[in-house]
Amino acid sequence: MLKKNWPVVALIALLVAGLVAPLATGASPVGFYVEVLLGGLMTGVLYSLVALGFVLIFKASGVFNFAQGAMVLFAALAVARMAEVMPWWLAALLAVVIMVILAWLIERLVLRPLVNQEAIALLMATLGVTYFLDGFGQTVWGSDIYEINLGIAKEPVMILDTLFQGGILVNKEDFVAAIAAAALVAALALFFQKTPTGRALRAVADDHQAAQSIGIPLNRIWVIVWSVAGVVALVAGVIWGAKLGVQFSISQVALKALPVVILGGFTSVPGAIVGGLIIGVGEKMAEVFLGPVLVKAFDLAGGGIENWFAYMLALLFLLVRPEGLFGEKHIDRV
Amino acid sequence: MQHARKIGEPILTVEGVSLSFGGVRALQDVSFDVREHEIRAIIGPNGAGKSSMLNVINGVYHPQDGKITFAGKVRTDVDPHEAAERGIARTFQSLALFKGMSVLDNIMTGRNLKMRANLLLQALRIGPALREEIEHRAAVERIIDFLEIQAYRKTPVGRLPYGLQKRVDLARALALEPRVLLLDEPMAGMNVEEKQDMCRFILDVNDQFGTTIVLIEHDMSVVMDISDRVVVLDYGRKIADGTPDAVRSNQAVIDAYLGVSH
Repeated sequence: MLKKNWPVVALIALLVAGLVAPLATGASPVGFYVEVLLGGLMTGVLYSLVALGFVLIFKASGVFNFAQGAMVLFAALAVARMAEVMPWWLAALLAVVIMVILAWLIERLVLRPLVNQEAIALLMATLGVTYFLDGFGQTVWGSDIYEINLGIAKEPVMILDTLFQGGILVNKEDFVAAIAAAALVAALALFFQKTPTGRALRAVADDHQAAQSIGIPLNRIWVIVWSVAGVVALVAGVIWGAKLGVQFSISQVALKALPVVILGGFTSVPGAIVGGLIIGVGEKMAEVFLGPVLVKAFDLAGGGIENWFAYMLALLFLLVRPEGLFGEKHIDRV
Repeated sequence: MQHARKIGEPILTVEGVSLSFGGVRALQDVSFDVREHEIRAIIGPNGAGKSSMLNVINGVYHPQDGKITFAGKVRTDVDPHEAAERGIARTFQSLALFKGMSVLDNIMTGRNLKMRANLLLQALRIGPALREEIEHRAAVERIIDFLEIQAYRKTPVGRLPYGLQKRVDLARALALEPRVLLLDEPMAGMNVEEKQDMCRFILDVNDQFGTTIVLIEHDMSVVMDISDRVVVLDYGRKIADGTPDAVRSNQAVIDAYLGVSH
């Protein structure tokens, strides 16, 4: 087992080594190290949420939904603009309704006419949905930068300052966001494992034909899945928007979720979560600790590792474990 | 033991059904009926159109020509999930189970149609949703006992041996409490003992629940033992229809199976 998987083991060992190196070599004070780690985890949670949307739809319908990032932007814009005239939670609730309607429309107008078409046709269709949502979102909600104010203090708080020198600076809003994201993931897991509808969703993910033969209507299941993906996008959009403001660049986050799903596996919900955290932490650590070392060693101009680290990692994983950490191994009959 | 079995009026009638894929004519003008509570077999050599016939009844394929009457009503083209809603369940020749899910969850999916509580109640597991879940779980447990798979309840289906997977497939179809159960080569790839077990289960299902059974089989001997009436297809046409004995001595059937000397 170990012998066969040595490249994967080596890659993971390398990642772990990179993770502990700054502490082990004493290159970084403990407090600062933990702050970077937390910052990475926080970004990772957002990547996980976007990746989760990808995985949900891919599992249930075999469609790679390129529009997940655009859905995040659309949902965030909706909440930001509606929150100008009502409390933010009411705006979020209304946005849930909007995302469900959107899911229903996508099923009706895009998926249903293309049922049984090649995967590439569906991918192209979601690419179309992406551009439509990007444009239509800005037409309806405007194209400036908007803020979402959740009414939580943004000033960092010092914690554990009795434990290490300097303590750790954490942002209360990040903390709440991480808990909200974790709660969402837990709720989804329970929904999938414990309810009849969740069972039907898993059934469809496993085998379309068999699911239909026992009376599960595919069309309804697709609406539910796209709605759930829409709500996940909404949560990601609100957290992201509250942190950095709602702007067009949110839609680009989806591109970061691609390496996440490659790392975690296209069909694995835990994979999306773990993959998101690994990439979130990995790129922050690489930026803060590895960057300066590389710059010094090779006399480079600057850092910027954060921008390509995720893709490098995904590339390495594609080489050694194409199905991802938790994905199903694909065995084709010859 | 209660005997629900008493062969009644036709529940499913197929009249003049033709199905082609491009130039390939899978079924040509096929007609037969299935009476309530009977075990009806469809047999024929490879490529005779048996599976196509089953897929037409199940709603996977829509025939270009012909009329299908189910439970007294002429049926227009339906989807498989609509067929399931109306009481037609099926199993698959090449297993189509939900491999990642446990045996219990697989069979529970068969009850999904009967669950009425809305999504919100389901999610919270309160009131009617919880009552429903318990009630359906009890029904599923009866099926598990019936098919003697108690020991594998929590095992992911993908890890079970083939013969048992076939049984889970049957259990899932039974969970729908269908009026008509379609079995696509239920004995394919089984050893003698597994075949005997499966025959016993099919007879018991028919006997105790009164379920009408339409089964496709390759293995003539098995079919002849358990069916009430047999339809024989060859190259998409019906060549014989009747009791096992009548079919067995039919010259056209013997020719189709053994070949004719020219």
